[in-house]
Amino acid sequence: MCLGIPGRIVKIDDAAKRLATVDVGGVKRQVNIACVVDDTHPVENCVGDWVLIHVGFAMSRIDEQEAAETLKILSELGEAQAEIEAMRLSEAEMGRAAS
Amino acid sequence: MKYIDEYRDRDKAAVLVKEIEALVAEIPLAKERPINIMEVCGGHTHSIFRYGIEGMLPKEVELVHGPGCPVCVLPMGRVDDCVAIAERPGVIFTTFGDAMRVPGSKKSLMQAKADGADIRMVYSPMDALEIARKDPDREVVFFGLGFETTMPSTALTVLQAEREGITNFSVFCNHITIVPTLKAILESPDLNLDAFIGPGHVSMVIGTAPYEFIANFYKKPMVVSGFEPLDVLQSVWMVLKQIKEGRADIENQYARVVPDEGNKAALDAVDKVYELRDFFEWRGLGSIDHSGVKLREACAHFDAERKFALPNLQVADPAACQCGAVLKGVIKPWQCPLFGTACTPETPLGALMVSSEGSCSAYYQYGGVKAQAGAA
Repeated sequence: MCLGIPGRIVKIDDAAKRLATVDVGGVKRQVNIACVVDDTHPVENCVGDWVLIHVGFAMSRIDEQEAAETLKILSELGEAQAEIEAMRLSEAEMGRAAS
Repeated sequence: MKYIDEYRDRDKAAVLVKEIEALVAEIPLAKERPINIMEVCGGHTHSIFRYGIEGMLPKEVELVHGPGCPVCVLPMGRVDDCVAIAERPGVIFTTFGDAMRVPGSKKSLMQAKADGADIRMVYSPMDALEIARKDPDREVVFFGLGFETTMPSTALTVLQAEREGITNFSVFCNHITIVPTLKAILESPDLNLDAFIGPGHVSMVIGTAPYEFIANFYKKPMVVSGFEPLDVLQSVWMVLKQIKEGRADIENQYARVVPDEGNKAALDAVDKVYELRDFFEWRGLGSIDHSGVKLREACAHFDAERKFALPNLQVADPAACQCGAVLKGVIKPWQCPLFGTACTPETPLGALMVSSEGSCSAYYQYGGVKAQAGAA
């Protein structure tokens, strides 16, 4: 109920009632898209959008750029870790060389 | 699956855990006592147990599982009201599946269904409205349940019913609101929390501004978080970083879904349909001022509470239940004498054992690593 699931809008079924078909991991279902439509993003622009669906309602358009950003930070943490690890190793090497 | 798999990467999780360990080593407080971080949302509790996140964290970091499971905090008296509505002749009572096993004082909805009441599980309030459309001679009641995450979907369904002039549909509104509840926790005299993991999907609706008082007034950090394991780990890391730097800010880890300003269309629907109740009763926590909503006068004809006479009785929780202390993080689930003995997921006594998002049920089913270590 609270977790929701990402899906992609594949077809507008009824623009006036804000009803669209979404594809959620291969399963198609009709949902209400009133909460992801506004003046800057009209109904007809919604096909192809990735949305988060809760209890039959698309509640948020997933921001691809932000999604990529979060993953990038995670990767950079990984890179930083690798770098720190390399520094530790090299320090150990140097230590050995010095002794 | 896109937007899921990439946030479940094991290697990245291992890296994050190392970063968390490094941060903890630099926090002096962590040498005196564990740092207590409450995840408010039941969805986070579920993820934490499902992916064994507690077991990955250093022992200096304790996760406290908060009151954010709307099924778990539903008081017995409200379940009794549901059963009373469902057992009226001519009524079709519709509910999310999660609520079926919540114990009332006499029976759960599951038991009422077995006894012959027409109770149907639905995935969406729109499905309930569709049942009403197809069966105009029956009264179809939808059990509106949840925080701000599901509040707009019920509201939009009511507005749709209004547009179509459907008169045999109503909502038994038990929607609750997060901010007064957080305030109640922060004002609790036995408070021992250092920071919060903020609810991702409530925030997707209300935005991040309503939490500012937590940072400004109570000086506690909060990071609004996504629900995948990497999201939760990254949020723990962000919280610890704030603690290390002596900051208390409201940060947003889940920006791919949560805009800082929330969702205007959803908030408009909420505002049109509901108004705050003076108070609402929570299982385990008691009555909290302004913590629930009801349908506005303009929507009275969709309000099951006005349509049907309800017993509306307050029923005390079972005396031995310690749900309240667990919800506030004062004790751990396994420290309740009923845990795993009289109270199990098959025969729950306390609400926290009912839903898979409840902390007792999660401990019971996934066996918290630290729980076992602590109990030994």
